Amino acid sequence: MAVTSAARPRLGRLERPALTGVLVREVVNFSSYWRSATFSSTVEPTIYLLAFGFGFGALVSKVGGYDYVEFVGTGTVATAVLFSSAFAAMFGTFVKYQFQRTYDAILAAPVDTEELVTAEALWMATRAGVYGCVPMLVAIGFGLDPAWGMLTVPLIAWLAGFGWACFGVMVAGFAKSIENFSYVVSAVLTPLFLVAGTFFPLDTLPSWARFLANVNPLYHCVELVRHAAFGWEGWTDLAHVGALLAFGLAMWRLAIHAMTRKLID
Amino acid sequence: MTELAVRIRGAVKRYGPITAVDGLDLDVPEGTCVGLLGPNGAGKSTTMRLLTAQSIADEGEIEVLGFRLPKESKAARAQCGVTPQLDNLDVTLTVEQNLLVFAHLYRIGRSDRQAAIERALQMAKLEDRRDSRVDKLSGGMRRRLLIARALVHRPRLVLLDEPTVGLDPQVRQELWALIDALRSEGTTILMSTHYIEEAQRLADTVLIMSHGKAVAAGAPAALVSEHAGDQVLEVYGAPARLAEVEAEAGAEGLRTRRTGTSVSILGVESGNGFVSDGERRPANLEDVFVLLTGEEID
Repeated sequence: MAVTSAARPRLGRLERPALTGVLVREVVNFSSYWRSATFSSTVEPTIYLLAFGFGFGALVSKVGGYDYVEFVGTGTVATAVLFSSAFAAMFGTFVKYQFQRTYDAILAAPVDTEELVTAEALWMATRAGVYGCVPMLVAIGFGLDPAWGMLTVPLIAWLAGFGWACFGVMVAGFAKSIENFSYVVSAVLTPLFLVAGTFFPLDTLPSWARFLANVNPLYHCVELVRHAAFGWEGWTDLAHVGALLAFGLAMWRLAIHAMTRKLID
Repeated sequence: MTELAVRIRGAVKRYGPITAVDGLDLDVPEGTCVGLLGPNGAGKSTTMRLLTAQSIADEGEIEVLGFRLPKESKAARAQCGVTPQLDNLDVTLTVEQNLLVFAHLYRIGRSDRQAAIERALQMAKLEDRRDSRVDKLSGGMRRRLLIARALVHRPRLVLLDEPTVGLDPQVRQELWALIDALRSEGTTILMSTHYIEEAQRLADTVLIMSHGKAVAAGAPAALVSEHAGDQVLEVYGAPARLAEVEAEAGAEGLRTRRTGTSVSILGVESGNGFVSDGERRPANLEDVFVLLTGEEID
């Protein structure tokens, strides 16, 4: 008996139609839940901005040479990025493979795990790029001066969002149950979120803490956004971009590795 | 010469100490409907996952539509449609949106997309419900949509994993009509089921699986006459009486099986004068199934 042998289309890696397919699914789904996603991704950082900006701003009017509201308004861009990428990725990924079994359906189509993870991260990065701008826009409403450099903020937020989305997918891939997320939130995300230079400058901290800040991707995002708003600092900013690129690349590969282990047995 | 849509030779899949698929051979000739029949845990679902490379076999060879798995699985998947056992539709989307997403995932070009969606809606008889959200559909409609979603790109091979599990008889019949229509169009189908009637009605050939192995294969009628003979005598009675009948039939060289409330004595047409009160009936696939996969569920 002969085995059917049809024309053999050689299908490669990271194909555009596969990425598009997964992205279309996300965009169509987004039309059904954009209200709640937009609400949580923008209101939370805005509350941080208002609470710290005005609560704390009443005690300290200037930090690092800026009005405190402006300092926090630029810093909380990173917070919005974190909320709309890492958290969405952790919970969304877990729900999609464990409860909705969406990924089983997608992987039965001509889509590989690498393409699935990449497309999901691209989508969440794009959301982070948009939502990340919200705190800055609110801060402009409260007196932050607009600057041309701010036009790069969506790109900065996109880049940081890509890394954090991949981080979230990786965590979901390695987690045995959704309860495991609390370890990651308490032990990793909360400390990184607090020691990123969002609410207070890091140059008053001991040197070991400043060293640790340099391995915190949120810190690089905060710095870049501040420089976009208040003035670029040349090579320093390139180094920040490099750090975010390295973070994104490493997390991307780790996320693919974790999800392959999870989805293909 | 028959062309094979699926060819599995000696496939083994282990999960730790459990061997889910244990040296399986399976042929699905093009244009036929093959039923994988077996009790729960026989390895049917694992076999289905092997065919989409969502499980990677530890040993053996697997070819789907001429592509070698797992390496060329993506090319094979492009021409397959898969209906999973567990519903994984996007429940907050409409019927049409679900089909649209899969039209993209299966790479249907822009100009053909709407026509493909219309055709799938028509097959599933869901034209009137195109704008309904999936979570507003009945169980039967959801199943029809799940199958239609796998057909949107006119696949050459359709994999149906327990397509009617947990549904009412009426709904099951609707789905049988849908699968039968697909079959008559010449689409190759591999369907797993533990409903014997389903396999008997829809499958050209049936492969009976037990403990990860194929224990018998052939056309339903041929399997019945080979393993269970022609006529079966169904004897009812108290447990003590049933044990007696079993012993008597055994002494006559006849095979028996328990059905819970009765003893079925197989092949009585050739039984030299075995007499007992009971009801005669034609042998069926269930007799074969229980004979070959064992009476006890482990």
